[in-house]
Amino acid sequence: MENSYPKMYLYKRIVQAKLFIDNNFCDKIDLDNISDESHFSKFHFIRLFKDIYGKTPHKYLTSIRIEEAKRHLKKGISIMECCFAVGFDSPSSFTGLFKKEVGFTPKEYQSRQLQRKVEITDKPLKFIPNCFAETKGWTKNSNFQEVV
Amino acid sequence: MITKLNHVSVFVLNQDSALDFYVNKLGFKIHTDAPMGPGMRWLTVCPPEQPELEISLMPIEDGMMFKDGAAEQMKELVKKGTFGFGVFECNDLLATYEELKTKGVVFKKEPTKEFYAYEALFVDDSGNWFSLCEKKKE
Repeated sequence: MENSYPKMYLYKRIVQAKLFIDNNFCDKIDLDNISDESHFSKFHFIRLFKDIYGKTPHKYLTSIRIEEAKRHLKKGISIMECCFAVGFDSPSSFTGLFKKEVGFTPKEYQSRQLQRKVEITDKPLKFIPNCFAETKGWTKNSNFQEVV
Repeated sequence: MITKLNHVSVFVLNQDSALDFYVNKLGFKIHTDAPMGPGMRWLTVCPPEQPELEISLMPIEDGMMFKDGAAEQMKELVKKGTFGFGVFECNDLLATYEELKTKGVVFKKEPTKEFYAYEALFVDDSGNWFSLCEKKKE
């Protein structure tokens, strides 16, 4: 494996840059600075990052902001608050990007997720296949013992 | 005709710790988290690009599934690393290996070129073994 990847140090630097984005996505991140920190030219950095993660650093940053936004929205946090909490500057660009990536507006997504949360709490067995529910004794008519 | 696997369970020693491992270290997403009464919880996670595969983090507890001391025996077996659980796929093995190592994941085998893929081996926080693979490019 080492022979197939002679430039291991390149990997380490790209992975560190990715982890930096993971840990700081909610702040203003200047991707030029990250490539400087990694001691790459901007072009080289973007190319290596895309080779490894399948998307440019900018697109990756957007995608993790959207993922984090989904997590916030599931908790019932307001859309405005969520937008700024994950590092977007404007609610309109947040809403547009969110809809493009997720297929729903943040409001629609939140409404669906909160509805699902209520259903999970009220009727959890709707979400658990019987092979698990029966063996845990969670179904009313569990016949696990008789079958065994 | 069976077409797909969509639920599977991993036996874990502690659900909270497993949740932290699978979400914060491996980067999985929580799929369903349902309270099932005092001290019980149905908790599933999924790989980021495979939301249709729910992995249930199943605590090993006395009850219908484990009776007459079987839970303690099972815990011991899991702790000892008895079970090879499955294979996770990634786009780039070395990058993923570096990242997971940085996050504290314990590897039992470094990335190696195998007949079927490039592979590394790691254990989860309970002791379950997994392969981490990158398919060879044709």
